[in-house]
Amino acid sequence: MAHKNIIPFGPQHPVLPEPIHFDLVTEDEKIVDAIPSISYVHRGLERLVEKRDFIDFVHIADRICGLCSFMHCMGYCQAVEEVMGIQVPERALYLRSIWAELARIHSHIFWLGVSADAFGYESLFMQSLRLRELVLDIIEETTGGRVIFGSCKVGGVRRDIDSETLKGLVARLTNMKADLDELTSVFINDYSIQHRLVGVGFFSKEDAYTLGCVGPMARASGFALDMRTLGYAAYKFLEIEPVVEYGGDCYARCLVRIREIFQSMDLIRQAAGKISEGPIDVKVKGTPNGEYFSRVEQPRGEVIHYVKGNGSKFLQRFRVRVPTFTNIPGMIKVLKGSQVADVPNIILTLDPCISCTER
Amino acid sequence: MGWFKKSPWLLHYNATSCNGCDIEIIACLTPLYDLERFGIINTGNPKHADILAVTGSVNEKSKQILKNLYDQMPNPKVVVAVGLCAISGCVFQDCYNVLGGADKVLPVDVYVPGCSARPESIIDGVLQACEILEEKYAQQKKAKQSSPKSQTNQRQGFNHE
Repeated sequence: MAHKNIIPFGPQHPVLPEPIHFDLVTEDEKIVDAIPSISYVHRGLERLVEKRDFIDFVHIADRICGLCSFMHCMGYCQAVEEVMGIQVPERALYLRSIWAELARIHSHIFWLGVSADAFGYESLFMQSLRLRELVLDIIEETTGGRVIFGSCKVGGVRRDIDSETLKGLVARLTNMKADLDELTSVFINDYSIQHRLVGVGFFSKEDAYTLGCVGPMARASGFALDMRTLGYAAYKFLEIEPVVEYGGDCYARCLVRIREIFQSMDLIRQAAGKISEGPIDVKVKGTPNGEYFSRVEQPRGEVIHYVKGNGSKFLQRFRVRVPTFTNIPGMIKVLKGSQVADVPNIILTLDPCISCTER
Repeated sequence: MGWFKKSPWLLHYNATSCNGCDIEIIACLTPLYDLERFGIINTGNPKHADILAVTGSVNEKSKQILKNLYDQMPNPKVVVAVGLCAISGCVFQDCYNVLGGADKVLPVDVYVPGCSARPESIIDGVLQACEILEEKYAQQKKAKQSSPKSQTNQRQGFNHE
């Protein structure tokens, strides 16, 4: 029997751009236990609601996380709108859905790139990020920002997309499909990648349910959980079917994300076809009084924004429960019993977003 | 701006960034912006690195790690603060766990503005950092030639406070 060693993993490591620390307790090459420690990027932005009024706070909600900035902003705005009883115009809802799906596409392609880097495919990483730039171009043309959109506000959206641009946008996404097919076929069919991913980090449906996993982690285990089916923003007008795989391993989680890229493209096409002319925002009067939970599907899973107002222009409480945080117990369960060499893959297929988690 | 004599390697650390500047740094290293044409590659090992790119403001927990990374880098070295958070704290400067910009902990050589910093400005900042690196390298060489005991001087960099 070998003795137990503790291998520190992180906070600064080449696999992820963000700091998270794990103490991996190992016996030979096998991991017996994994102890996470977080708060390397804790800023304490939830308490800023006491210093910024609820309209200004949108800019901070936008900067909770760079990869899913629009979803955080949308979730916060939805919650405040619900508390204040604001009816958002339909065009604004459609635009929010379009931007949210663009954000999902760029986040998932980024994930494909980083995971390719993790299993040693340098040029696949470069190709993925080259494709991602095409999506970022669209985002920059329509919102003005590459990463932080800043286009959502309480009561609607800040910018409109004219119908010409919208048509061009759909055409460009359709053109991108061929390149994306070529890229993703490597992930799906390549022998070495299958060797690294198939059967690694298995996670059953029961575990996904009992440990409360969300997003692609749950959907890859055969658990159809997608908040977009609740019909927030314009999703109530669109046809949406959760992407579900039954493998439960790293490969299934990879497949879910690949299929979601194509699903998001389809949703943008649907939304561009159904969008109608009209105003993009309404004037906000009064202050929030009451509380609301808003649920939004992020690239990584369900995010909950809790807002409580007491009638003043400063909110009393703001709370975010992010998908990575709920997925960490699942990740630890998967890490136990796996090989040391698979640790980067397993952590990456969860797609952790640390700046969301620690805020 | 000419060709550099050395190929400077870049180490990136996220102090408390929102991820936005981090993915822009990664975008810099990929085909469209391609920082690698200047010989700059991203490394995960501080002992191989010449340029430290810090994103995000500094908090109580990341302060020590940032210091450790800086101390482990060999001399000469430069620090680039990428994004508004690393400069002043941006919208988070009133947060209870944010100490301020990266210059609260490290001597910063180049400040790259923007929230999030655009890849073009990151490239500009890193290239300016390369020039400072060359200068520092020349100074170090001069100091070495003038005093034969320079070996001990160089080691002092590691006992940073």
